[in-house]
Amino acid sequence: MLSAIGATKLEDLFSHLPAEVRLNRPLAIAPGKSEYEIVDYFRARGEENANGFASFLGAGVYHHYRPVLVDTVVSRGEFLTSYTPYQAEIAQGTLTTIFEFQTMICQLTGMEVANASMYDGSTAVPEAAMMAMRVTGRDRILVSRTVHPEYREVLLTYAQHQGMPVSEFGYVSDSGALDLADLESKIDKETAAIIIQSPNFFGIVENVKQAAEIAHKHGALLIFVFAEAVSLGLLEPPRDADIVAGELQSFAISPVYGGPFAGIIATKEKYMRQIPGRLVGETKDTRGNRAFCLTLATREQHIRREKATSNICTNQALIALMATVFMTVYGKEGLRELAQQNLAKAHYLSGRLPLRFSGPFFNEFVASTGKRTADQVNQALLGKQIIGGLALDRFYPELKNTMLLCATEMSQRAKLDAVAEVFAQ
Amino acid sequence: MIKKVRQHINQNEPLLFENSSPGKRGYQLPPLDVPTVDAASVLGAANTRAEIEGFPEVSEVEAIRHFTRLSTQNYAIDLGLYPLGSCTMKYNPRVNEQVARIEGLAWAHPYQPESLSQGILEVMGTLETILAEITGMDAVTLQPAAGAHGEFTGILMIRALLEAQGNPRKKLLIPDSAHGTNPATATMAGYKVENIKSNDRGMVDVESLARAVDEDVAALMITNPNTLGVFEENITRIAEILHAKGAQVYMDGANMNALVGVARPGDFGIDVMHLNLHKTFSTPHGGGGPGSGPVAVKKHLIPFLPTPRLERTADRWTWNYDRPQSVGRVRAFYGNIGMHIRALAYIMAHGGDGLRNATLDAVLNANYIRALIQPYYDLPHQAPTMHECVFSDERQTKQGVHTGDIAKRLIDYGFHPYTVSFPLIVHGAMMIEPTETESKAELDLFVDALISIAAEIDQNPELVLKAPHHTRTTRVDEVTAARKPIVRWKP
Repeated sequence: MLSAIGATKLEDLFSHLPAEVRLNRPLAIAPGKSEYEIVDYFRARGEENANGFASFLGAGVYHHYRPVLVDTVVSRGEFLTSYTPYQAEIAQGTLTTIFEFQTMICQLTGMEVANASMYDGSTAVPEAAMMAMRVTGRDRILVSRTVHPEYREVLLTYAQHQGMPVSEFGYVSDSGALDLADLESKIDKETAAIIIQSPNFFGIVENVKQAAEIAHKHGALLIFVFAEAVSLGLLEPPRDADIVAGELQSFAISPVYGGPFAGIIATKEKYMRQIPGRLVGETKDTRGNRAFCLTLATREQHIRREKATSNICTNQALIALMATVFMTVYGKEGLRELAQQNLAKAHYLSGRLPLRFSGPFFNEFVASTGKRTADQVNQALLGKQIIGGLALDRFYPELKNTMLLCATEMSQRAKLDAVAEVFAQ
Repeated sequence: MIKKVRQHINQNEPLLFENSSPGKRGYQLPPLDVPTVDAASVLGAANTRAEIEGFPEVSEVEAIRHFTRLSTQNYAIDLGLYPLGSCTMKYNPRVNEQVARIEGLAWAHPYQPESLSQGILEVMGTLETILAEITGMDAVTLQPAAGAHGEFTGILMIRALLEAQGNPRKKLLIPDSAHGTNPATATMAGYKVENIKSNDRGMVDVESLARAVDEDVAALMITNPNTLGVFEENITRIAEILHAKGAQVYMDGANMNALVGVARPGDFGIDVMHLNLHKTFSTPHGGGGPGSGPVAVKKHLIPFLPTPRLERTADRWTWNYDRPQSVGRVRAFYGNIGMHIRALAYIMAHGGDGLRNATLDAVLNANYIRALIQPYYDLPHQAPTMHECVFSDERQTKQGVHTGDIAKRLIDYGFHPYTVSFPLIVHGAMMIEPTETESKAELDLFVDALISIAAEIDQNPELVLKAPHHTRTTRVDEVTAARKPIVRWKP
């Protein structure tokens, strides 16, 4: 090969690099290891984590069972090792599954258009807010304090240099739900969108219809956020929202300490050209057969550059495929039954604990820890190989001695009873 | 002659929704061990839905056949050379997939106690240290989810630094050969874009750059090697010009596969850069993602890194949230950790020497293709090739055949096309990046295919204009797809 190039040694290919840029020593990285040693290293790291503990953490990341079919499908090299499907003739596999994904997200959310995925729920939120700015020509964003605190932090990071002032409105202290009076007092003619989450960060199911009415009365859009996708198996979809920004981690995506997950943005057809990220559309090939391809690319950075709707390029396609397989395997009845089981487990546990809020909830709720701090209760639970809930004063200083607990279909009754016992002590 | 492929059976498959029958499902839940709850009474009837209209109803066998049949309609790295320029389609080692699924790692919850997360934090801390060594930078954040997300993070940090010095400035300089994400990122960070022209060697023109740099310039965003596969030989001088005016240098690390173990951006004047773990460090592209876009910085930018920062105390890893100058969070939790695990596994398998050898092989393969194809296609820029080479369709356009047609004809020969019509500065660009993965045998098949296509264009351009001929799906009508968008199935 070197002679074909006209070189005598490999290093010749780098002779044009100026001397001052060259690295004249080996990288300080250990020599290559065998496959066995690599597996052994990561097994040991896995053992150092909370292996074998039952967990009642939710707060945006949920422990749901992953059907075996999910990894079977995404491990196929044809899906795993393919690129973004720009060459439609040899990417119909990926394109068809994305088209099915977009369709299922619409069915799930009551929207008319969904994109091919965003990085995660937290980054979908500011992208939805920026979209609302483009649609309304207004710049102010009002976000509920019951939206996931880390999603709100990401929103602030994105908003800071876009002339997009963000302010918050509160929740009702008794119910844990949106404070609609506070919202009414803060919304104005400059408000592009209000952002709510349901079930909210406290697990409470919000009144989407009322929030939408307030938004629309003032000419603003309603952005609906979800972090627990399984809830949509049972809950009324947010048909009154204008944009839905969500997180699909619950759909067979391993927690992996927080990522990779898959976000989505879905909306009404009339806003389709303002949506960020990739879209797959249906068309025909020259023989007249149905075919799919990436479409409306003039919104995207590789065509529109500084005028693009977003800078997003790489998305979360394979993770979205996991969610697609999950939705297929459970299907219409299965997802509903799964949601029912989550509801039943959470309400079994909540019935034995002092509840902080009175609003309706799905599989997550806030419990009071009484005279003990949440950390003290969690310490007692750790002694029983149980990871308890999230101490809420981490994000809400006013919610001392409370924790956010989540029960899913994977929470066994014996462990639910064990949590109740520790609370009762 | 087409050597790599023959036609074979490829089954038709309807959409899931067209295949559904009421009551079918592919999964059985265990019996509920707690009392059932009436959803309408605890959630409110108005809050519950009757059913998910239109959702699929198929059996397990139908589900697996559906996805398996569809998978056979994809090209993939596992099937052969995937020469997309600037995409670095290299082999994705399967051990990476295995270790990312180890239970203690895959099931770690981001809010579980730090004392029960030391294993995963050790993986992240180790990867940060190694990426700093590879790039010659002082610190790394693993939080960004992809390359463009890393760009956004890096530019926010530059802005925060300049703001702390009293003036965030107004614009970013971006060479005309840059990826589209660069200017899109600039806008998201509140900067105007000024394009910098390349010279006839395909490099940033130092004189015109010097004229463009003034007190309004926040930074230069440069890709090195650039999208022509050319190393910016004046990079040190370029960095000096920016620094002399108080501006920063951002490097898009998409093409880092040409440099690992050979040259380090931290040693040639770069202040901040991102890496694409899904390019240089072998994590799979998965049909479009997920990626991971770690950002590496020099010391003066450390205070501005995203929150939280992973830190090592005497005996353990811990997250530090007390960072008053930070640009904030760019995503929830700590990043695409599953990709960090895979990248570290790749690095461990290679070791320092192996990583450098991969770079040498990647550059060797690109130069081999360039040398063998050059007699048949126009090579507009003669500067030395690093990891990719960019040809032009100039000779073939005389027969009415364009880069997109040649790309489609390559499919008939059993190859995925190269990157088409990018970079924009080359008319009819054919951008080829073979990576170190490919053997001489696979490269020779590819070269033969391109040479054969060049002959076809001379003899029978129609054959190429109507390609591909052997695929189950022929050329698709993208114009109608965009004009009358159908983006979901309806009954």
